[in-house]
Amino acid sequence: MKNNVELNAFLTDLLPFASVEQGKQYPEIVVPLEKWHETAQKLYENQQVPFDYMIDFTAVDYLTKFMVVYHLESTQTHDLVVVKTYLEDRQKPLIETVSDVWATAEFNEREVFDLFGIRFHNHPDLRRLFLEDDYGFPLRKDFKDEINVIELSN
Amino acid sequence: MLLNSLTDMSEETINNVIIKEDDDYVVNMGPQHPSTHGVLRLEVFLNGETVKKLVPHIGYIHRGIEKMCEADTYKQVIHLTDRMDYLSAHMNNEAVCLAVENALGIEVPERVKYIRVILDELTRIASHHLWWSAFGMDLGALTAFFYGMRDREKILAIFEESFGSRLLHSFNTPGGLMHDVHPNFQKHTMEFVKYFRKKLPEYKQLLTDNVIFHNRTKGIGKMSRETAIAYGVTGPSGRGSGFECDVRKVAPYGLYDQIKFKEILHDEGDSFARYLVRMEEMEESLNILEQVADNVPEGDFTAKMKPIIKLPEGEYYQRVETARGELGVYIVSDGKKFPYRMRFRSPNFGNLFVLNTLAKGGLIADLVAISGSLDLVIPDIDR
Repeated sequence: MKNNVELNAFLTDLLPFASVEQGKQYPEIVVPLEKWHETAQKLYENQQVPFDYMIDFTAVDYLTKFMVVYHLESTQTHDLVVVKTYLEDRQKPLIETVSDVWATAEFNEREVFDLFGIRFHNHPDLRRLFLEDDYGFPLRKDFKDEINVIELSN
Repeated sequence: MLLNSLTDMSEETINNVIIKEDDDYVVNMGPQHPSTHGVLRLEVFLNGETVKKLVPHIGYIHRGIEKMCEADTYKQVIHLTDRMDYLSAHMNNEAVCLAVENALGIEVPERVKYIRVILDELTRIASHHLWWSAFGMDLGALTAFFYGMRDREKILAIFEESFGSRLLHSFNTPGGLMHDVHPNFQKHTMEFVKYFRKKLPEYKQLLTDNVIFHNRTKGIGKMSRETAIAYGVTGPSGRGSGFECDVRKVAPYGLYDQIKFKEILHDEGDSFARYLVRMEEMEESLNILEQVADNVPEGDFTAKMKPIIKLPEGEYYQRVETARGELGVYIVSDGKKFPYRMRFRSPNFGNLFVLNTLAKGGLIADLVAISGSLDLVIPDIDR
């Protein structure tokens, strides 16, 4: 795509259910949770700008909700987009896997599961990546580790 | 006596004794195996000497850098990023600095840009030196180690002269550099370029043209371009499969859009292609150094910065090319002096998990050649 305006128009056409906004750096797409996998497939399979390279996949904890976010690049046009969704359920966060679309997502999802406790539906091998099975989920903002972490008060 | 007892055995007993061929024979490679270059455990399922499946187990050196960043200011974060990929320490620092500078809209002085590029390329060469030494050693060519270490020492001496430290120099800071470089910095850099141009043919003689080395690496661990993209294999490993992923070209930062250099690409996708990419990259780095090192302008070594840096609310992403591939820094700020969330997309993460695809069906001896050619640094994966 020649410029961001054109890319945003294209993305709005491709994903009618999502909200596409121009962020500070890249176009940002916010999709509803149930359309997560469909979005991934559409972004990957379209002919014009196939987003085949997943740069980054991670999550952010906002205490009331989780944000799952990935950065995609098209290796043909070198366009970059950010795709986000929000998970309201903190007790049993569950989201569809995209590891069948991008192979690298399988391991990034394992990392997110390990550090945030977000489970991925249909994931082929959902085990913890770094930590022990009973460690808790350290990147959650309400995580407390009284043994290993010394908190400094200002 | 033994023969008698064997013949006496019923057929049923013999069947129970013989190990069935379809059973998996599991060998654990690591976490202390020398060829894994760090604490990585590869659970290898074997059939004879053929690898059937491979499961990497990581987390032995997980320090929770992303969690620690949430309690540190942006200047303190720099010192943590050194410890991820310790061989590309400078590029890791630069990634965070660029993210913060772009978020605040700060233009760093020209001098800083030049010095950063010089350090980028010196670090890249030093990192490739270590990889070259260790790769040769993995394959049984011990001499390579001494040649590589001899030349790497020259670069570390330049670092030591200017920053006091040789490996983790934390020399960048948001806005510029910690202090100015040593007056001899440019002179010694140019001396190194001249010196290393003479030494590169030795590298070619020792490994690149070595028939034994060819037999160990050519056609081993073939990775197609599609596989490289799907697994996010970047850096020289990805470019060995023809994946144009050099961030210096794709999304130029610093001075890279003004410098003439070419992106090294090979299409074969085997271990030897990945080897060649790194060898030619060293030469290309020397070309960049020649363009830059003599032209460093005079000026300030840092832009004016507030003592406490607070990023405006929002999300920031910065991509940087390290010696091993694409490093991404993702900062979510809530307007305070600590980042709300900091995420590092480490290049080695993708490079490690493609290993199963590459090693499957090959011999266990080739596994060492493949993992060596991917140039893994484990602390970068564990973070």
